[in-house]
Amino acid sequence: MAVFFLPIPIIKRYTMSNIKGKSLISITDYSKEDILHILDIAEGFEKDQRQKLLDQYVIASLFFEPSTRTRLSFESAVQYMGGSIIGFASADTSSVRKGESLKDTILTVSNYSDLIVMRNPLDGSARYASEVASVPIINAGDGANQHPTQCLLDLYSIRKTQGSLENINIALVGDLKYGRTVHSLVQALTLFNATFHLVSPESLKLPSSVKKWILDANLKYHQYTDFKSVINEMDIIYMTRIQGERFPDPLEYEKVKNSFILDNSMLEDSKPNLRILHPLPRVNEISEDVDDNPKAYYFQQARNGVYVRQALIAAILGLK
Amino acid sequence: MKNKRTELIVSAISNGTVIDHIEVGNTFRVFKILGLENTKHQVYFGTNLSSSKYGKKGIIKISDKFFEDEDISKVALVAPSATLIEIRDYEVVRKENIKLPQTIEKTVKCFNPKCVTNNQQVPTRFKVITDHHGSMKLWCHYCEKTMDKGSIEFL
Repeated sequence: MAVFFLPIPIIKRYTMSNIKGKSLISITDYSKEDILHILDIAEGFEKDQRQKLLDQYVIASLFFEPSTRTRLSFESAVQYMGGSIIGFASADTSSVRKGESLKDTILTVSNYSDLIVMRNPLDGSARYASEVASVPIINAGDGANQHPTQCLLDLYSIRKTQGSLENINIALVGDLKYGRTVHSLVQALTLFNATFHLVSPESLKLPSSVKKWILDANLKYHQYTDFKSVINEMDIIYMTRIQGERFPDPLEYEKVKNSFILDNSMLEDSKPNLRILHPLPRVNEISEDVDDNPKAYYFQQARNGVYVRQALIAAILGLK
Repeated sequence: MKNKRTELIVSAISNGTVIDHIEVGNTFRVFKILGLENTKHQVYFGTNLSSSKYGKKGIIKISDKFFEDEDISKVALVAPSATLIEIRDYEVVRKENIKLPQTIEKTVKCFNPKCVTNNQQVPTRFKVITDHHGSMKLWCHYCEKTMDKGSIEFL
């Protein structure tokens, strides 16, 4: 964690970074320079997606629990680059069902592939896998802990829509307590002088351990329980899903559940550069009438996930 | 003088290690951390002893046994005010406050039931950190959750 807050050198675009051969488990594994390096490479993939860099490479895709966007975008990334994929899409179709340990699965698959993309329901499983594997691991989500590639695609989307990651005003809305994507994004944006506007029900506020990162970076945050009052000043609104089961008292959920829904009329006086992001899947927190507003960016955001994952795989394998 | 009386209540040792000034209530935990349940060394043990410094304290003396710094530092997890004393031929050759280590391995259980260390055969590893109130906490190297001192459970 301490590495994350070390003084950051001035960023020089397209500098060589230390990503090659290294696993990505948590967004804090990367410096500001590493993050920008990946985003720069991703821009190249957006311009020319079918760069056949993975000819004769085998990528393992080990999804011990279901995933739509993350698994398919990783597999799409590999295939656009001409690589081969092995793996499974649920633990039921692997030897895990026979009781095989994570260590044995990882050691075995290390023999068959150049890089492993892994999602597992246990917190910390990806870090452990990276310690036993002989090939790099990309964490595609370890339980409620980390999901660094989502964070990178969020950052890519912010930079692409705002022109820069520096000095943005961002509103994070919804479940700020349990949302792992929110925590990683806050961590990463502390490197870029962001101002954080935290909008959530009282019981789903951002944990103090995450607020500490903001304070340690000498940045500011503001907390709100009223969504409407913050919209017009924002550059980015990052919506998240509020899950009823997170509330100890169902009555409390009923009281707040409609307070954090974004509809099109609320965007009337918003800034021209505002963009709405969401890690998806959404339930009802963004009304469908927002989808046609040019400020809605969540589906493009999901598409950016492929470019970012292409960049990451290429950088880790030393091909970019 | 009171300290001297304590020394008499719990027999003096000619060679070995004394852990003094243990917070009352944690003496048994220190005993366990040091793995003394199955030791073949003579062990003297006292708790609720009078202390001029702390009012009440615990003390453990282990004859003919000297610990590695790495092992002794774990004591500070439950007894931050404890003192380490090493005695050779009745002479105190070392006396110092026990300092917290930077990392704790294979000693403490992670409080997060979904942590990989609680579900696979993975040795635990924690970074010792201090929060902005100055309280000691453990940060799990794997699940990245932060654990309060009160949640510490030894393996």
